Amino acid sequence: MKPLLKLEHCTIRFGGLTAVSDLDLTIHHGDLVGLIGPNGAGKTTVFNLITGVYQPSSGQLSMEDRPLSGLYPHQITARGVARTFQNIRLFHSMTVFDNVRAVFHLHRHGDVRHALWRGTTFFRRESQITSRVNELLDLFHLGGFRDQPATSLSYGDQRRLEIVRALATQPKLLLLDEPAAGMNATEKLELNRLIRHIRDSFSIAILLVEHDMQLVMDVCDRLVVLDHGVKLAEGSPLAIRHNPAVIAAYLGQDPSTASTLNT
Amino acid sequence: MNIVHAKTWLVGTLLFGALACFWGGHLAPYPLFVVCNIGISIVMAVSLNLINGHTGQFSLGHAGFMAVGAYVSAVITNHYNESGPVLAGLEFAAALVAGGFAAAVAGLLVGIPTLRLKGDYLAIVTLGFGEIIRVILQNMDAVGGARGLSVIHGYTNLFWCFALAAITVYVVAGLVQSTYGRGFIAVRDDEIAASAMGISPTRYKVTAFVVGAFFAGLAGGLYAHSTQFLTPNGFGFMTSITYVVMVILGGMGNTAGVILAAILLTLLPEGLRMAADVERLPGVAAVRPLAWLVNTRMILYSLLLILLMLTRPQGLFSFRRQPGKPSLH
Repeated sequence: MKPLLKLEHCTIRFGGLTAVSDLDLTIHHGDLVGLIGPNGAGKTTVFNLITGVYQPSSGQLSMEDRPLSGLYPHQITARGVARTFQNIRLFHSMTVFDNVRAVFHLHRHGDVRHALWRGTTFFRRESQITSRVNELLDLFHLGGFRDQPATSLSYGDQRRLEIVRALATQPKLLLLDEPAAGMNATEKLELNRLIRHIRDSFSIAILLVEHDMQLVMDVCDRLVVLDHGVKLAEGSPLAIRHNPAVIAAYLGQDPSTASTLNT
Repeated sequence: MNIVHAKTWLVGTLLFGALACFWGGHLAPYPLFVVCNIGISIVMAVSLNLINGHTGQFSLGHAGFMAVGAYVSAVITNHYNESGPVLAGLEFAAALVAGGFAAAVAGLLVGIPTLRLKGDYLAIVTLGFGEIIRVILQNMDAVGGARGLSVIHGYTNLFWCFALAAITVYVVAGLVQSTYGRGFIAVRDDEIAASAMGISPTRYKVTAFVVGAFFAGLAGGLYAHSTQFLTPNGFGFMTSITYVVMVILGGMGNTAGVILAAILLTLLPEGLRMAADVERLPGVAAVRPLAWLVNTRMILYSLLLILLMLTRPQGLFSFRRQPGKPSLH
């Protein structure tokens, strides 16, 4: 099967700083991959690379064998990559409903014409969108907040709404940037369930950046560890847990002595 | 405005405009002029609201687009001299649309290179654009230069003002109140999030500028055939500011509020002028007791604006919670 997303030898430099260096990463359909690493390891930079916010200084990015480099972020979203943000970025003056609705123009044409003419096509499309937005909101238990301003939701609900909004773009790959940040233990448990649920019922691949090791180890099939922009290790959660180089990166020890930590 | 009945509303308003024009033909020239000015202000403010309010791009060059539309339509109608109301009406409509398209092209030309700028920087560039238009017109002998341009035909009447105001409101509100139109607001709220959600900020911003400029051009045509005399200085920085004030006063992105603000701010200076002309007030001995308003009415106008901004920064006619500011709860 063709890989969904493929990064080959991707490097990105900001002046003298190499934020990501020679990164290879392959994600297949339906994968649930965690991207972890200490602060400043370049995790969010990888997200920005995939979503087109940054262009790689060298290396190749492709999605289903079609190159992604040179595309604008909104074009990459149209190809099927959606993301959430480390600091929640909802459309703050809109209601919960409109936050999701705003995204729905993506796969259709002739919208300006229909919005001005307001014929039957317009109303059919709008009511289709309304029912699909309602469906999505209900699925994630946000239906009750439908007409409230998005900013009035609780922190956990805002994160959930951001995920719903990303799903509304009908992605093949969902990038979650620290979804558990600022959540309490109950909310994290709920998130754990939610991430699996999304992967299974929407059959999409998920790439997750997260600091919460418990969550990452529980939910991911495969982990990729970054440190100072370099890929340290890749493998199953169990293998990563016992990888001496990873332990050294997190605890700041020399790899040769780190192996004794586990024994 | 209820989106289901938007088209009915538009047709109703157009009919009302036609009737008002039929009966309003007997109005004295001065009130007629004021009412036409209200219509022009609504077209200007509502179209600027698409750019400044809904899309969040601070433009200070709206009078520049108005100038393009005014001069283009005036040159066209000066060139032809149709007889009969139907032909004259068609000619005026064609001239207005031509002026609108010329302004839209100007909007596109300004829009594309400047839209990577944000906030204050964009404001300064659009300000510069407005000044460039003014200076070019001042030095163009073909349109009279600084001496100004006489417009032969006074085509503008109640109907045209009503109709164009109604069409502007219909188009702007119709665009914004659709799923497509949520994109304008998404771009205003968070450009990075919008582009990550598949909304192209550039496309929306250029659309806002082009549509906004088109209607400013139409308003310019109305203005030209209402005053029947154009000078480049009439389209200066202060004219742009007047419309920006209407948008801010009405509440950024609030169409109904902006319409009310356009009416209020057009009537206010005229109302103060009329008050100054009052001969006697009951219980006051002096003749023309409010005559001092003649000299102080612009100061009063400014003071009112300061007062309104201090007490209602979210706009005079916005009653919802200020968006973007988290409430304490």
